[in-house]
Order: sequence, then structure tokens, then C-alpha cells
Amino acid sequence: MNYVIIGNSTAAVGTIAGIREIDSVGKITVISDEKYHTYSRPLISYWLEGKVSDKNIYYREPDFYEKNGVETILGKKATKIETEKKCVVLDDGLSVPYDKLMVATGSKPFVPPMKGLEKVNYHTFMTFDSVKAIRSEIKKGMKVLIIGAGLIGLKAAEALSVYETDITVIDLADRILPSILDVKAGIKMQSHIENHGVKFILKTSVEEFSEHSAKLQNGMTVDFDMLIVAVGVRPNTELVSDAGGKVERGIITDMTQKTSLDDIYSAGDCTVSYDSSADTNRILAILPNAYLQGETAGRNMAGRENYYLNAIPMNAIGLFGLHIISAGDYNGEEYVTETENTYKKLVFRDNKLKGYILMGDVERAGIYTGMIKEGIEIDDVNEELLKQKPQMMMFSKERREEKLGGIIR
Amino acid sequence: MKRVYVNEDWCLACHLCEYYCAAANSGAPNMIKAFKTEGKKPLPRIKVEEGNEVNFAVQCRHCEAKPCVKGCISGALSVKDGVVSVDETRCVGCYTCVLSCPYGCIVIDEEGHRIQKCDLCVKNHNGEPACVQGCPNRAIVFEER
Ligand SMILES: Cc1cc2nc3c(=O)[nH]c(=O)nc-3n(C[C@H](O)[C@H](O)[C@H](O)COP(=O)(O)OP(=O)(O)OC[C@H]3O[C@@H](n4cnc5c(N)ncnc54)[C@H](O)[C@@H]3O)c2cc1C
Repeated sequence: MNYVIIGNSTAAVGTIAGIREIDSVGKITVISDEKYHTYSRPLISYWLEGKVSDKNIYYREPDFYEKNGVETILGKKATKIETEKKCVVLDDGLSVPYDKLMVATGSKPFVPPMKGLEKVNYHTFMTFDSVKAIRSEIKKGMKVLIIGAGLIGLKAAEALSVYETDITVIDLADRILPSILDVKAGIKMQSHIENHGVKFILKTSVEEFSEHSAKLQNGMTVDFDMLIVAVGVRPNTELVSDAGGKVERGIITDMTQKTSLDDIYSAGDCTVSYDSSADTNRILAILPNAYLQGETAGRNMAGRENYYLNAIPMNAIGLFGLHIISAGDYNGEEYVTETENTYKKLVFRDNKLKGYILMGDVERAGIYTGMIKEGIEIDDVNEELLKQKPQMMMFSKERREEKLGGIIR
Repeated sequence: MKRVYVNEDWCLACHLCEYYCAAANSGAPNMIKAFKTEGKKPLPRIKVEEGNEVNFAVQCRHCEAKPCVKGCISGALSVKDGVVSVDETRCVGCYTCVLSCPYGCIVIDEEGHRIQKCDLCVKNHNGEPACVQGCPNRAIVFEER
């Protein structure tokens, strides 16, 4: 069997693991337009901050490809999938034949049209190369303007604050991390970050840029030495749509991660997932999802049918030392407790835990994540203990026995 | 694969397993040195839950699904011979594994800004898991099931 994978990040690594569980001999070729050994995208901010070395930004050991029998074609872009001939065409004209193809192309930064932006030498915050470029230009005391108060924009702010820069973040939304947190947690996180010297200007956008300043819709003007655009990401779907595959907001797959095209699979940020906590389809651009989808796809590509189920949004965010863990859907009946340094919200619907936010005290949060994923009914647990904190004690003895692998009687 | 199992009918909630675990993984030669030496407070990777009727200790199941390893953003968590362990030099303390573990068995090392977890004492020189050795009531066993 001849496997070809487009992309060399998390979903690709998951795919390789899935294939190699079943097929130890088939040929695997990885194609990526990035020239690096597989590296961890989320670590780019830690690298910029100086917390992670050149050696540790890599997602897998240096001998990863060798150990897994993977050939790489790096620094080349796939421009076309020829489904009739079953091959991938690269930007240098080379054509790579496949029996089974994985499209793990992830996402790209979204840069909305903004007046005057062409005059600015701006950065995005997605790749090792993008943070290397920032690193080479950043200097102590610089004024940095970041457009976008989502996870990526705030991770950029955290990293750049170690350079003693003057940072301003603007966003159209009325709060930070709007797609991950509720209003209260957002406000708490915002004031925590403000205490570290970062300024926010919310509910506004840029009317017009000049080379070193931005005129905002609200009348303010912000000067900057460096501009980072981190408004959001968009899935790389063109290869599949151009080949006639089904694409909506992202690439559509079935539960085996197969696209609508024969022998072509897809996983990671470029796909649409089914969010079982909200019972809806959405893009879940998070690393664990990319790995698990890739793994499922790889097994199916190698001939073992299996399904990817129970995907939910989930995030572990640390910013300036404050940690938040959240998962699931926030529509339902709320249970909230708060202290000066912590915030907890549990959301119940249909007799189940559907979502949660833990801020400050995040210990053992995964027990809640497991409850959401497994769809365990509230009646089957001790509700008081559930609300108190995540603990195995809330389950019945029978379920605990099942979970902990048999308790001797 | 041999794993650690706990008999909740026998657990006295004495927390000795936590002390033995913390000491074994502290790098100190014995319990007294582990807890009396200045510096980092040793953390247990096993946790005793106390209830009205039952008590039990919980630690990493080295489970089949391994959501912690698969969700690890840095590649710090890996599996060798079925044992899940963390490379502390590569952990950045993002706590995605804390978010992912359905048993609540990832321990947050606040001081170190990273995580710790049970590795069945394969990385220290204890031989057998220290929690098992230290349990006075034989409520914790290490066996194949
Ligand atoms: C700063 C930052 C912080 C993040 N932090 C977290 C976090 O804490 N937790 C979390 O869960 N997630 C986080 N994420 C999201 C996480 O990085 C993604 O979910 C994950 O990388 C998705 O993996 P992927 O393999 O689907 O795609 P990607 O990582 O986007 O990789 C796709 C690869 O395919 C290549 N490619 C695309 N098109 C082509 C083509 N035509 N030809 C050849 N190669 C191509 C790309 O260059 C890229 O290398 C973060 C993201 C960023 C940017």
C-alpha cells in the first residue's frame, strides 16, 4: 500500500500512528510546504518567549520519520489532486502517486480586508517562520498592536511581553476569548492580563492603517512599531474542493474521516467535526482533535474500520500564569461558584453535564470532560460531589470498578 | 501488562501511599531527606479520595485510550512498553492532559509550571511501585488482570 499525507503537523503524525498500528510495511510519504521536521504549532509562542528551545519545539523525536518508515518531501506545496490518475501534483511539477491519500492541510491565518493594510509590514502568528520573523524584528520598548483577542492573539501578547514591549490588543467583540469563555470568565481573564501591562481596546475595529498607526472606528488612534494580525484562522480546503470533494466551512468527512472522494481522507483543522456536546457540526481547531482524527483516518486507510466519535470543543489555556480549562457547550442550566481567584461554571442539560469552565483551580478537570464525552447521566452520579469538585468519588461503586479496572473485593 | 489496583474496601485513607510516592520520585535517598530538605516540596502522583463510606487511592491507569499522550501539545508525554510517562524537560505546563484525563490522574506541579504523573516507578530506582510497597493494609496491589 502506498500512503501519501499532505501536511506534516499533528493530524499527519496521528495518521502515521494510525497506519503503523496496522500496516508496518506500506510506504508512507509526507508532503509539506513547511521545511521543518514536524514541530508543535502551539509551542511557537513558548519559543518566542524563550521558554522552549530550538530542540524542544519539535513535536516528535529527530528519528521519528526513520522509525516509522516515512519519507518526506518538505518545502514543497501540493497544488492539485488528480483523482483519476490518483496522484498529487506539487508546485515544482513533480507528481506523487497514492493508493490512499490524507489531506491534513490544517488552517491558515485569516487576514480580513482592512483599509491601508498594504502599507504595513505586518505579521501573522501561525508558523515557526512567522515567530522567527517576529523574533528578528522585536526590540525592547517597541509598541506592538495585536488585532484579535482570541487565543492566538493573546498567546502572542504573552510571548512579546517578555521583551518589555508596550502591547495593545484590539477586538471587535466586547470581551476577550469570546469563542472559548463566558462573559464572567472573560472579564476576569482580561483584568488579569491587564495587570500584566497589556492594554485592551474592545468593541472596535481598524478604520484605516498608515505605516505606523491605526485609526480606529471609535475615533482613537494607536501608534505601533509592530503589527500582528491574529483575527482567526480559515481551513485549507482548496485541494479537496478543486478535486470535486464536498466542502462546507471545512472539508466534510464521514465518521471514518473519509472525504466524499474515493480513497481520500482528511483530518485536523481543515475538517468539519461533529460536536457531540452541542449536537452540531463545527470546526474544532484544537490539537487533540487533529491527532485523534488523524489516528482514526490512518487505521481506516490501512484497512481497519473504526470511527471517530465524541468530539467536543475543549481548551486548556494558560495566560500570564492564570489557567483556565473548559469544555463542551454552555447552553443549559448553570451552576456557578466564585472566589477571588477562582471561577467555576457547570452547565447541565437533558440530565447531563454538557459543559464547564474552571478558572484558577483546574485540578482533575478531565473527570468532567470524561462525563461530557461519555454522556453519563446526572442521576447516575452523586450530584453534590459532582458540583463540589471533579472526583472519582461521585461515581457509583460499580462505575468506579469499571473505570479503575476492577477493584478487588 | 501489570498495573496498580486498589481495593476500596481495604483502604484506610492513611495517605501513606502518597508519602511513599512523593518520596520515591523526589530523588532523595530516603523519606526523611525527601520531606525535610529545603527546596521543592515533593508531590505525590497518587491521590487518596476520602468518603463517608469508602476511601480509595487513584493513579494513572496507563489506559488503552491514552488521551493525555494523544492530546499533548509538546510531545512531552509518550508511551513505552505500555507505560505513560512525561519528559519534564519538554513539558510546558499547558495542562491539556489535565483537561483530557478522565481519571483526574495528572498532577499539577505549580512551582515547576509543569505536570507530573505516575510512571509505575520505572524511572526511579524503586523497582516496584512505591505506593504498593508502602501500603500497610495491602489495599494497593501491582498485578496483571
Ligand atoms: C499560536 C497557536 C497556539 C495554539 N495553541 C493551542 C493549544 O494550546 N491547544 C490546542 O489544542 N490547540 C492549539 N492551537 C491549535 C493547533 O495548533 C491546531 O489545532 C493544530 O496544529 C492542527 O493540526 P493540523 O495537523 O490539523 O494542521 P496544521 O498544524 O495547521 O498543519 C497543517 C500543515 O499542512 C501544511 N500544508 C497546508 N497546505 C499544504 C499544501 N497545499 N501542500 C503542502 N503542505 C500544506 C501546512 O503548511 C502545515 O504545515 C494553537 C495554534 C496556534 C497558531
